[in-house]
Amino acid sequence: MRRRVRHLKIWVGGSILLLLVVCGVSAPFLAPYDPQEQRLEDRLQPPGLSARSARLHLLGTDNLGRDILSRILYGSRISLLVGAATVILAGVTGCLLGAIAGYFGDLTDEIINKTTEIFLAFPFLLLAIALMAFLGQGLLNLILALMLSRWVQYCRVVRGEVLSLREREFVLAVRALGGRDFYVLLKHIFPNTVASVTVVATFSMAIVIISEASLSFLGLGVPAHIPTWGSMLSEGRAYMYRAPWLTIVPGLAIFITVFGINLLGDGLRDVLDPKLRGQQ
Amino acid sequence: MLKRRAIGAIPVLLGISFLVFLLMHLAPGDPVSLLLGDNASQEDIERTRREWGLDRPLLVQYFDFLARAAQGDFGNSLKFGEPVTKLVKERLPATVELALASLIVAIVISLPIGVYSAIKHDSMLDHAGTAVALIGVSLPNFWLGIMLIYFFGGQWNLLPVAGRIEYGLQVRSITGLYLVDSLLTGNMPAFWSALQHLLMPAITLGTGLAAIVTRITRSSVLEVMRQDYITTARAKGLSERAVVWKHTLRNSMITIITILGLQLGALLNGSVITETVFSYPGIGDLLIQAIALRDYKLAQGLIFFFAIMYFAVNLFVDVLYRLVDPRIKL
Repeated sequence: MRRRVRHLKIWVGGSILLLLVVCGVSAPFLAPYDPQEQRLEDRLQPPGLSARSARLHLLGTDNLGRDILSRILYGSRISLLVGAATVILAGVTGCLLGAIAGYFGDLTDEIINKTTEIFLAFPFLLLAIALMAFLGQGLLNLILALMLSRWVQYCRVVRGEVLSLREREFVLAVRALGGRDFYVLLKHIFPNTVASVTVVATFSMAIVIISEASLSFLGLGVPAHIPTWGSMLSEGRAYMYRAPWLTIVPGLAIFITVFGINLLGDGLRDVLDPKLRGQQ
Repeated sequence: MLKRRAIGAIPVLLGISFLVFLLMHLAPGDPVSLLLGDNASQEDIERTRREWGLDRPLLVQYFDFLARAAQGDFGNSLKFGEPVTKLVKERLPATVELALASLIVAIVISLPIGVYSAIKHDSMLDHAGTAVALIGVSLPNFWLGIMLIYFFGGQWNLLPVAGRIEYGLQVRSITGLYLVDSLLTGNMPAFWSALQHLLMPAITLGTGLAAIVTRITRSSVLEVMRQDYITTARAKGLSERAVVWKHTLRNSMITIITILGLQLGALLNGSVITETVFSYPGIGDLLIQAIALRDYKLAQGLIFFFAIMYFAVNLFVDVLYRLVDPRIKL
């Protein structure tokens, strides 16, 4: 039963993530309308056929008559792009610094460790809010702010793994045979940390997507003209009672995506890294 | 032990202060020009730069910032015209009250689900509990807040949707926590109003935490249930209820309490969003206002305050944990 559930988690979570990728990549082909196209005669139309223009809006329209489905599809691109870019950049930075700290130890470890402690002293979303407040809106700034808030997690995990791996016989043997530090790290130690890093990356992606939505909701994400799920939610709040679909639909999109990625992370953790079971 | 931890904290505190100080200088362009807007004259900009001390070398500015911060002086808010410390003092009790209420919500939800999931390990109930926890972790709290406002505030008109207490009601301040103060002064209308205002924000903020604590409770109880002394308790013929509630849960509590303590700091994260959604007058809401108003001094002071508070809570829990459980060494 446990094994079946584990695989089910990976399948369901993976399918949701795949759906997000498909939606994001093929948004220009899947979206029925231009996400920026404003048709004031169709404003605040509930999901279905517009009574005024006889145009079909499967998820309704917003206060400017823009099609919600098209905006959701285009919004998935931002979630995906920010999520993937942050995970990659934070992953590379964190893994590199974690590996260096764990492998070389001493002063290098002390400096990197203190730096992670400084970053960990900030609640991560607060650090992202602070960075965005001072850096200003923008896609690159958003990715940078989230990357600076998330690299520490990778660094900690990889450092811990490397600390234990560097004392193992196979590593000592390679070093005794004259293997250079960089070679040992890259060829022999790092591949053994991939399982843990994959699990951290998956959960991190979910956190980054929620954080991106939170920042956009607060008006600190990408510029207002780019549709994102968080900014759609924020704009929809003003019409919450008249047009509840404006808040329900983007919220559901965020929830389903994050739920799917967390499910995938849970399944992967059970399969790849049983030590971490029960934690997130 | 405490001394070593305190000394170890000094470089981290210096690092935090430097990072917060740098934030102001990260802003593209001149923060003064940004604050004063496009219509400000060059003279005004120069004068404000001098007033803020921004014309001095960066390192001098940092040490000045550090010296003032050490004395609890974060400067004056540019928009409110009052010391940042005073604004924090006014708003802090609201955030503390919200954090504590969220903690209670989280405990009420997570303990029963976590314990029963562990007892019925690998059953349908366990999987359902795990699924609920996963849903809780995946729910964006600002969306949950909006949905609560929509249903409980709008559709069913059961709860107030904004603020901390009904307009016109006064609470004599003793602790600053409205629920406690209104009870101490016997002001029941204020108590009910404060409770109603607190309910939705506390559920919004507490749900994410509940999901995390459910997982920790489950794994912690499971671990304790595998210990020899639990087998002994069962072998002695104790009832299952006594084994679970007296022996297992009590021994799992150290881990659970630690996680709850550490999450108290993390609640600050969520409080920024939750307070914004419910226009709840805490320091999270103040931070977003400061950012929206481009009040960099206030924003910088608040971020520094948040970081120090978060760091202090984590350090305190860390030390407490090791005092409670002497098997763990610092």
